Amino acid sequence: MSILVDKNTKVICQGITGNAGKFHAMGCRDYGTQLVGGVTPGKGGQDVEGMPVFDTVEEAVEQTGADATMIFVPPPFTADAILEAVDAGIKIIAAITEGVPVIDMVRVYEKVKASNSILIGPNCPGLITPGECKIGIMPGYIHTPGKIGVMSRSGTLTYEAVWQTSNLKLGQSTCVGLGGDPIVGTNYIDLFKLYQEDDQTEAILMIGEIGGSAEEEAAAYVKEHVTKPVAAFIAGRTAPPGKRMGHAGAIISGGKGTAEEKVAALEDAGIVVAPSPAEMGEAVMKAIKQA
Amino acid sequence: MAAPWSVLGMQRIFCGCVIEPHSTLTRPAGFVLMKIHEYQGKELFRAAGVPVLEGHMVTTPEEAAAAYEKLGGKIAVVKAQIHAGGRGKGNIIDNPDQKGVVLCKSADEAKAAAAGLLGNKLVTIQTGPEGQTVGKVFVEAGCDIARELYLGIVVDRVTCKPVLMVSTEGGVEIEKVAEETPELIHKEAFDPAIGLEAFQVRKLCKKLGIEGPAAKSAFKFMTAMCRFFIDYDCALAEVNPLVITGSGEMIALDAKITFDENAMFRHQDLESLRDLSEEEESEIRAGKAGLSYVKLDGNIACLVNGAGLAMSTMDIIKYHGGEPANFLDVGGGANAAQVTEAFRILLSDENCKGVLVNIFGGIARCTTIASALIEASKEVGFNVPLVVRLEGTEVEEGRKMLEDSDVDVITAVDLTDAAKKIVAATA
Repeated sequence: MSILVDKNTKVICQGITGNAGKFHAMGCRDYGTQLVGGVTPGKGGQDVEGMPVFDTVEEAVEQTGADATMIFVPPPFTADAILEAVDAGIKIIAAITEGVPVIDMVRVYEKVKASNSILIGPNCPGLITPGECKIGIMPGYIHTPGKIGVMSRSGTLTYEAVWQTSNLKLGQSTCVGLGGDPIVGTNYIDLFKLYQEDDQTEAILMIGEIGGSAEEEAAAYVKEHVTKPVAAFIAGRTAPPGKRMGHAGAIISGGKGTAEEKVAALEDAGIVVAPSPAEMGEAVMKAIKQA
Repeated sequence: MAAPWSVLGMQRIFCGCVIEPHSTLTRPAGFVLMKIHEYQGKELFRAAGVPVLEGHMVTTPEEAAAAYEKLGGKIAVVKAQIHAGGRGKGNIIDNPDQKGVVLCKSADEAKAAAAGLLGNKLVTIQTGPEGQTVGKVFVEAGCDIARELYLGIVVDRVTCKPVLMVSTEGGVEIEKVAEETPELIHKEAFDPAIGLEAFQVRKLCKKLGIEGPAAKSAFKFMTAMCRFFIDYDCALAEVNPLVITGSGEMIALDAKITFDENAMFRHQDLESLRDLSEEEESEIRAGKAGLSYVKLDGNIACLVNGAGLAMSTMDIIKYHGGEPANFLDVGGGANAAQVTEAFRILLSDENCKGVLVNIFGGIARCTTIASALIEASKEVGFNVPLVVRLEGTEVEEGRKMLEDSDVDVITAVDLTDAAKKIVAATA
């Protein structure tokens, strides 16, 4: 097993007729994902590299049985696209788009939580169960099927972690990019629950960054509820206070949200914390050996 | 666990924020996160029905004297306009007697205050020791203050809702209140579609000890502020102090507004409020190119794709004994022009003793980076050591392009190797 997506997942792409949507939808199909179609309002009936395009998500679900979507529509329309997917009963919604207004996400977050859908992102690379289903923009070849659940707020840093676990022959069960925005649909704790229950996942690697308090909350959860080995890395140990580092939340301010605080909380929960980004794979190895 | 810090943590995040991410995938090149001046915030407040006092922005001492007269010739306050808080307690470099906010009782005093501020550097707790040059002052009418309160609105990351915070401890550093006496900060989350409900105002008034006509004024003020926050896609809206006058009127004596850059597509009218003189030149330039760049004090420049990896690259440079000169995320969909501009910016930093390129190609292809690097080398020339670590999409082709070029590249096989090599090359 794995979490969230597998070889049976049927995926559509909202925004499939755009450059990014098309490019990555095809990348996912080439990887082996069951891509069943796409949605672009007003372009229903067209065809993108053999994939049927529908006007609405509802129609796409009716005709293809899709249960997952990846969203590549521009930021002003992303909230609407997510809500349309929720309305159509899509189970897994991966919003890749970067630059969605926070207030839009406040509205969307409530609706998603009240539904049976799971939203990953926005501003994320997507998610992948290696060898079975890739939904998003990550390079497929760096992944190998295996036993580590990987989750992160940062895209390329996830690739780095995945690459390290692949090189150490650990492989990954499912990797999830949570997204770098202040409000995202799914957080570490949501995934810890799923990884803990998943047979394939033997250990969990969590990649965090400075700012906010999500890592501290996750650490508290792990301490209480997670019995599997957990390793972590926090990006931004050397970031100076008051400067925002790319992600909307990545800033140390007033002495809060520092890497030191996060590392202390994680270590207190028995999590092995990698001292450098080059040692994330080794930290997982260590966590497994300690268990 | 998510007690006041969850909210105030966010407030600080926004308060202190300087740099905003610049998207590359689906959004046009961004800028820096948008802060505005107090006088601009108050103009917006006035239009939104949030009570403010009359005032005039001026740029010369003579205009300040005229503005004083226009306000009725009684008491006026001359306030330095910079994008940083703590102005009241701040002072001009080399002139500790010249405060950033001055109470004036005559046109001459207003003129003198403006003369003391304009063109000089004001240092506050938020500006850093170098201070910020005052280009504008705001001359505002005085008022009869009965009470000073605090009001702020942010989006709380934990509850994922906008939250109105108020406190009786106005006029002081709210971070300090949050730390020492969190029970004095009262919060109400509200639905962005509905705004603040009447009963929520009543709850807050009760806690603040506001009654009678002031409670009526508070309802008007608070509901208008919450509506303003949503309507303008604010990241932060803060009024400190918020005052109640002798006659029970609630008035915003300050306005600290930061907008969510990502929502600016629906607020084109706000573009004109940007004050570029308040921002780092190299950061503006990077913003124009759709790059996310923060200048730092070290000497090893880095060019990375992805914010998390960029931060980690800084971390590993430091871990191996070096000092990063910057944070630079070229983003996922960086094209050759953007990457070339990125190199120009990095190399224009006079502290730069070497460049580390760390790319893990996802959307960004290694070939794009390689060709941009070769292009940049031809155009600007690398007179410092260059370490390149490429991995991910089209990595073999990218590496080969570099090998076949004339660019003098030190290649690295992984993160550690890259960090060690650049630290050694710049030592």
